[in-house]
Order: sequence, then structure tokens, then C-alpha cells
Amino acid sequence: MATLTALAERSDVIVEIGGLPIRLRSEDPSFVRLIQMRYAGYVSASEEATFDFEIELVPPGIDSGDQDLSVRWDSGRWLMERGDFRAEFNPSTARGRIAQSINPYSLDSVLRIVHTLLLARKGGFLVHASSAIRNGRAFLFAGVSGAGKTTMARLAPPDAALLTDEISYVTRPDGRYFAVGTPFFGELARAGENLRAPIECVYLLAKGLENKIEPIMGAEAVRGLLGNILFFAQDAEFVKLVFDAAFDFVSRVPVRRLTFVPDRRIWELVV
Amino acid sequence: MIEQRYVARSTAIAARGLGDETMVMSASSSTLFTLDEVATVIWKAIDGATPLEEIVTKTVCEQYDITPEVALKDAEILVKGLAEQGLLLLSEKPIPQSSISLKVNP
Repeated sequence: MATLTALAERSDVIVEIGGLPIRLRSEDPSFVRLIQMRYAGYVSASEEATFDFEIELVPPGIDSGDQDLSVRWDSGRWLMERGDFRAEFNPSTARGRIAQSINPYSLDSVLRIVHTLLLARKGGFLVHASSAIRNGRAFLFAGVSGAGKTTMARLAPPDAALLTDEISYVTRPDGRYFAVGTPFFGELARAGENLRAPIECVYLLAKGLENKIEPIMGAEAVRGLLGNILFFAQDAEFVKLVFDAAFDFVSRVPVRRLTFVPDRRIWELVV
Repeated sequence: MIEQRYVARSTAIAARGLGDETMVMSASSSTLFTLDEVATVIWKAIDGATPLEEIVTKTVCEQYDITPEVALKDAEILVKGLAEQGLLLLSEKPIPQSSISLKVNP
């Protein structure tokens, strides 16, 4: 016989990415179920969350997600706005609100921004890169759209744990940089595994006629990394934090250029 | 009388030196700029209080084999371009400290 607990529809779900549990609350149980499915593997069993967001579902408007994104700090809170959502977040109260249509990709965008903002204070960042763990070490493959991020993920050997094919999550818990799995995916349309490992190396991707690895040093390495880091906020303090994080990262983690032909042999070269 | 031009670094930037170069990022556009060796010399010297002509004479012309006229012309093109990107402030009067980013090459 079903219990009352089992019958009760949940009005919230806690999504934990990078060790940061965020409670997402909605009065629409079907949307909560949608979130649970979308972030399967990242739904926390705990009832404790570090941040709380109230989601208000609004009818889809004529605006689309293609409109310019605005992220700015105003009167003690972050304001995030795009054609398909409006959100605000107060770090002091650890609470926020999201007004969006039922499209889960709007929530995906809000979560990426929120994590970017929170990570910056801890020396971390999100970067356009696929990433995977092999032999206990994480490898990032960074590049713009079409550079080969998803291709590298597809070519990964069976013993590699894929963290993402699109947006890598870089944390710095104790002075060491770790890559963490995320549910943010690209063409692969599959969430990464909820794992983490110390970052061994970042490869800047380039397609070519032969497989080749070249070390990149100094300004070129910083430029290559910064060119792929996600900067959402038009805010001087935030930009400085992430800018400094990129310099620190490059001083601790090797950056290499990986020119590759897309076949499985490339993984024997990089790992 | 020739008017003086004063230059100061914007507060809405992040900047770091790396070797002989300086990397500067605009906070408003997240665009990254790389200043070469000579531009870095000027970047380090600008303080909002020293006229550009004096900076060029005392730094660029002392370190490089270039006439003041050519150096000043090049420097003016540089600062104008950086100001258009929001990285520098330009004025015909000294620029107050409150408008200036004092953080150079941390």
C-alpha cells in the first residue's frame, strides 16, 4: 500500500554540482519531475542546500534564448536576464528567484551562470572544454564550437569516465585544481559522470592532418585558456577574479596544443 | 599653446604583466588585449597625473632608439585605441586618483 509520503508530490529538488547543493523549488510538480530527470545523477538525497531558488513558471513569450544575456551586480544581488528568463540571486541571503518558461534549458543557463559566479570567489571557473578522467587524472580538451570537444569525448576509451563534452567545471579546493563532472552537455546530449579528479593537463584543440602535442607557455597559454573561459558577468570584480584564476591555473597546470586527426589513437597519445 | 593629454587606467579592467607583455581584459566586454613591450612601458608609466608627452620622453625615448615626435605620435594612437575599448581614460586635465586603477602587474 502506498504511503502518504510516497503519494505526496515534491515541490523542490536539490541539484548538487561541484559539491554545491542548490535547492530548486517550484509549485508545479511536473516541472520538479522534469528537473529530476534532466539532472539525474546530480540530484542530492540530502535535504540540506547551500542556496535556494524559487522558480516561477511563466508562459513562453515571444522572446527567445537568442537574445543577449545580461548579468550584472545591482544593490547586493546578481541580476540575470535573457529573452527566455529573468533571475536574481542574493549571495548574502543565499536565495534567488527565477522566472522562466517550462523549458529546462533556461534553467540550465541560469545554473551555469550561478555556478560561474560562485566558483569565481573560490578560484574556480567554467571553461568551454570536454573533460574526462583516466587513471585517476583529469584531462581537459578546450576549444570553441567545432574545435573537437565532443569528438574527443566520443573517441574516449571505455576506461575513461566522461565528465562533460561541453562545459568543464574547474574547482580549486586546496590549492590544487580539480575537474568535476557536470550535467551540462553539448552535441553528445548526455550528462557527464558525477566524479572529480585532479587536472593533469589542458589541451587546446586544433584539427590537423597529424597527431601532435606542443607545450604552450606564458602569455600564449593564458590567452588560450582565457579565450575559452565563460565570462557571463559585466562586472569588474568578477572579471578580475576569473582573470587572476586563469593566471594561477596556468602557473600550476600544463597547457598544451593538441592537433589531431579524429580517430581513437589520439587517446593513446594524450593520456 | 599645445594642450597636454593625461591618461589613466580604467577601474573596469583586469591587467597582468607576463614577461615583456601585459594582458588586459575589459570588464565590460570580457575582451582580452595583449600589449607588446613598448606599449607595456607606457601602460606601466601612466598615472593620470603625468602628461603623455612627458611619459613618452622619459620612458620610451630613454629606452628605445626613437625620436620624441614619432614616439608621441605612436603613443597617441595607442592610448586612443585603448580608450575606445574602455581600458584607459583620457583627459586634458590630470585625472583624479579615484578614477584610476592603481593595480599594475600584481
